[in-house]
Amino acid sequence: MSDLLTIGGHKFQSRFILGSGKFSLELVKAVIEQGEAEIVTLALRRANTGGEENILDYIPKNITLLPNTSGARNAEEAVRIARLSRELGCGDFVKLEVISDSKYLLPDNAETIKATEVLAKEGFIVMPYMYPDLYAGRALVDSGAAAVMPLGAPIGSNKGLSTKDFIQILVDEIDLPIIVDAGIGRPSQACEAMEMGVDAVMCNTAVATANNVALMAKAFKQAIEAGRAAYLAGLGRILEFKAEASSPLTGFLED
Amino acid sequence: MQRKRVDHMQYMDGMEAIDSDIMEKVLAAREQYNYEQYTSRDVEKVLNKEQLSLEDYRVILSPAALPFLEEMAKKAMAETRKHFGNSISLFTPLYIANYCENECVYCGFKATNKINRATLSFDEGEDELKAIAATGLKEILLLTGESRHKSDVEYIGKTVKLAAKYFSTVGIEIYPLNSDEYRFLQSCGADFVSVYQETYNTDTYEKVHLWGSKRIFPYRFHAQERALLGGMRGVSFGALLGLDDFRKDAFAAGLHAHLIQQKYPHAEIGFSVPRLRPYKNNAENGPKDVHEKQLLQVLLAYRLLMPYAGITISTRERAGFRDNVIGLAATKMSAGVNVGVGGHNEEQKGDEQFEISDERTVSEVHQVIVSKGLQPVYADYIRV
Repeated sequence: MSDLLTIGGHKFQSRFILGSGKFSLELVKAVIEQGEAEIVTLALRRANTGGEENILDYIPKNITLLPNTSGARNAEEAVRIARLSRELGCGDFVKLEVISDSKYLLPDNAETIKATEVLAKEGFIVMPYMYPDLYAGRALVDSGAAAVMPLGAPIGSNKGLSTKDFIQILVDEIDLPIIVDAGIGRPSQACEAMEMGVDAVMCNTAVATANNVALMAKAFKQAIEAGRAAYLAGLGRILEFKAEASSPLTGFLED
Repeated sequence: MQRKRVDHMQYMDGMEAIDSDIMEKVLAAREQYNYEQYTSRDVEKVLNKEQLSLEDYRVILSPAALPFLEEMAKKAMAETRKHFGNSISLFTPLYIANYCENECVYCGFKATNKINRATLSFDEGEDELKAIAATGLKEILLLTGESRHKSDVEYIGKTVKLAAKYFSTVGIEIYPLNSDEYRFLQSCGADFVSVYQETYNTDTYEKVHLWGSKRIFPYRFHAQERALLGGMRGVSFGALLGLDDFRKDAFAAGLHAHLIQQKYPHAEIGFSVPRLRPYKNNAENGPKDVHEKQLLQVLLAYRLLMPYAGITISTRERAGFRDNVIGLAATKMSAGVNVGVGGHNEEQKGDEQFEISDERTVSEVHQVIVSKGLQPVYADYIRV
């Protein structure tokens, strides 16, 4: 059965997007292999082209790079970082991050929508990190986003799906791939997100801070696959109607 | 040299006054902070909490928390990992001038000290910058002594421009400026400003800063805020621990940073933890001395108060201490350090401000970071 993830016309087997920001770089390759990830994000600000510990040197060539705009505090800065990323040869994908709060690192939806509009017009495949809000989701669709990346919980918190109900609304209402982007702390949470009908899961801290990062990457891969299979199998429907009464509640009707 | 000790709380001519109540809040809270009231039960409660309040911060800075350093370290390490993963940023300071117009009793650069003074010419500065860039570093911190005459803002601006050619991140640690001057330096390529208050006890501050513009306590206090008003991206805080009651000063520095972050949510916050070492075998060593244990307590407390803040560990500390606090609480360390003027390319021109305790090169420090399973980070900022 072919069940591919399609983003901006590109097709992927894997639904596990790996963040690379918190790793020892020498481990990145093993993590990608064990997690069978096809998309890896990188902070463009960490790209040190031609210099020491350049993250670009550690990501295998067959991987789709998803450069992020971390460090951008407003739409204008994000747009400039994205353009720089393209100039550096990092391709057309961009994970848009616009954050102007150093404490919680929560995305600024309004500025994110503005930047999405500009970048989509310039031909970028824009994947915005956002706070799961239906209105923002719709505005991102209208602005030309290629996917929507709501946060599950504050970044780095490993708290899982604190925003579950609101992500579910995006899954139900937004006709773009929904990728849970932050807060996923353990494979079971990634599995849960996939069971809800989320299209892919991105994770960094949970893998990067494991004792055995490669094994944890594998665990995430398996959890994501299991969750996806459960979703396709229709688990959601079974759960919803499990309280069905043994005799029908409407059996009294006569004509 | 006998000079009149002017009112240290009154601005001098030309010093910009901004609308802020943060200093009053910090000074009042510092005054009221009574760390003796806390018990080990208070500490245990705090250690079980997920998010620390300012009251919790008072608890973990208290003497009652000292026996809990191991538990604090575990908690701090978990926070550091959550927010920074394995990353440890590397940078080096470059002293471009060491002239000083202040008399600060504890400092090697003070005006009356007969040391070799120098200012790097632009050619010399560029040679130094090139030599440092050749080590692979991408972040530099430019420092001067506090002399507006011998190292004026225009001179610093030109050197910042040179530095921005070779480095992706340029920070400055110079005398406090007005916001328009910060704006000028930001336009030249500097985005991060470090100003250390030394002590938040205004009486002690007055006694150790005898003359010169540094004597003016509030002008220094509001420097971070003026820097942010001038468009700087990040600001660093710190007290020279040991100059006064280090617990109260660390509390004040943390509160200062906290209030600035609340008022300017986008600002990147950093801490540094310089200390005056207790003299070895000194009979007068007291309970308020800052030994490594106390220094670590402060480091951990900063981390637990602000899990997202960058914390720098200086070469004033020995290698063994530095190597063990990275990843635990510190996220940034200097390498290949020379604290005299110049000295990276040609022989140094001016004398050092203090003695360093860790003389390792960039590649040596790099190796240590890797051997601890951590990731040396050279580039972590794009100027756009």
